Amino acid sequence: MTSVKIIPKNDGKTNKDTENIKTDKADIQNKKQSKKIVLPGDILVESIDFLAGYGTYREGKKIYSKVLGLLRDKEHVISVIPLAGPYTPRPRDFIIGEVTYIGYSNWKVNFGYPNDATLPMSGVPEFIENGADLTRYYKRGDLLFAAIDSVTKGGIIQITMKDKRARKLFNGKIINISPPKVPRLIGKEGTMISQIKNKTGCIINVGQNGRIWVKGDNEALATRTIKMVEKLSHKSGLTETISRYLDDGLKKIGTPEKKEKK
Amino acid sequence: MGSNVPEKYKTLIKDDKRIDGRKLDELRPVKIEVGVIPSASGSAYIEIGNTKVLAAVHGPKEMFPRHMIDEDKAVLNVRYAMLPFSTSDRVRPGPSRRSNEISKVTRHALESVICLEEYPAMGIDLTLDIIQADAGTRATAITAASVALAHAGIPMKGLVAATAIGKINDKLAVDLNGPEDNFGQTDMPIAMISTNKNITLLQMDGDFSKEEFKTALSMAKKAIGPLFEAQKAALRKYYE
Repeated sequence: MTSVKIIPKNDGKTNKDTENIKTDKADIQNKKQSKKIVLPGDILVESIDFLAGYGTYREGKKIYSKVLGLLRDKEHVISVIPLAGPYTPRPRDFIIGEVTYIGYSNWKVNFGYPNDATLPMSGVPEFIENGADLTRYYKRGDLLFAAIDSVTKGGIIQITMKDKRARKLFNGKIINISPPKVPRLIGKEGTMISQIKNKTGCIINVGQNGRIWVKGDNEALATRTIKMVEKLSHKSGLTETISRYLDDGLKKIGTPEKKEKK
Repeated sequence: MGSNVPEKYKTLIKDDKRIDGRKLDELRPVKIEVGVIPSASGSAYIEIGNTKVLAAVHGPKEMFPRHMIDEDKAVLNVRYAMLPFSTSDRVRPGPSRRSNEISKVTRHALESVICLEEYPAMGIDLTLDIIQADAGTRATAITAASVALAHAGIPMKGLVAATAIGKINDKLAVDLNGPEDNFGQTDMPIAMISTNKNITLLQMDGDFSKEEFKTALSMAKKAIGPLFEAQKAALRKYYE
């Protein structure tokens, strides 16, 4: 039954016998193991059949890497996923930031980027009358989980709270990790983060800017696990490793249910 | 050569071997370590012979001072400093004519490979501290700087490494050490890009004939290869 899942979504390859499935599995494993680390200036391919994607540049026939990262080849687009570096704001990303300044009709939010983001009055779900006291909504020092609305080339970033998931964060704890490692923390279709959430029983909000908000009884274990994911992000088979790590950690401190009984 | 050369440094080459036992085209032993400063965006520590350099990158971040801002690209801010205890005489801390010059040439050597236009209106701070000086500090600093920049995740077209070619006892030699630099005739630091071997820094203290200069360039091209390998190996090792 499980073998069905392994078949990749390739059209015209629906009738596969078991042997083919096995080789496919081996291929996938090979690809996982050969997560190649490339460095700036490394030649990735020497052919005009490929497109130079993110983190790469082309010079003549050759495509070079521009950053230190992991090589990815998807449908003839060669790209490099960086292993380090700053966060680049993109629309529809969620960020965690702190209100640093309140203007006449807007708030300024710092989210660990050189330019502060602007939250205009129109970005708040409630209707605010002109000239109203904005501190009634968000005051200095408040933590916001907000969505990026727009980014201009000049570096003006607008955020919005008009989103189902956007909210003000109360209490809890903020953890900073390297922004390129956020996708790994979320995992494929959120597998990694939901695993941490379920096992520790914590509420976790992940900002794409590398700030993570954790609240719950097992904050310490969740923090350690998140730091662990950051440290081992370039290794394959991480979900299983983290699963084991969480189980071990829970055994030491007792499961959340047991704790409540005490 | 001046008359105040100590007796033991009068012959710097004996039977094609230098005072530290190296061949003429041999580099000093290289050791590079990545990620030595956790609070920095990227960092590297390098030892080439007795020259030891610590490089740290902070940023890209808000540009400071504000009046130096460039709305089209990031500004690379290099600070080269010899620490007070780096030589046998105490070095007076703070900027000097020499450190300002080296900061500037180092910036030029690195600027051409860094994709600064990806971070408009921001600044990248690069600090190069010479812990121990034994000739070739600017070359060593450049080699360390590009490793630290790569570790910080800053997009670059390639790595930059540098070495020096010198003339000692009328013979060309690679990567001069302290006595060879002090009592030799010529010292020429060269920095190159890993991808196309383009030269990003070339200075000369002393003189070369036209033929000597051509030989020196080809020697540098050959000698710089192992430095690139060492840089790459250090970066790969950090992620293993």
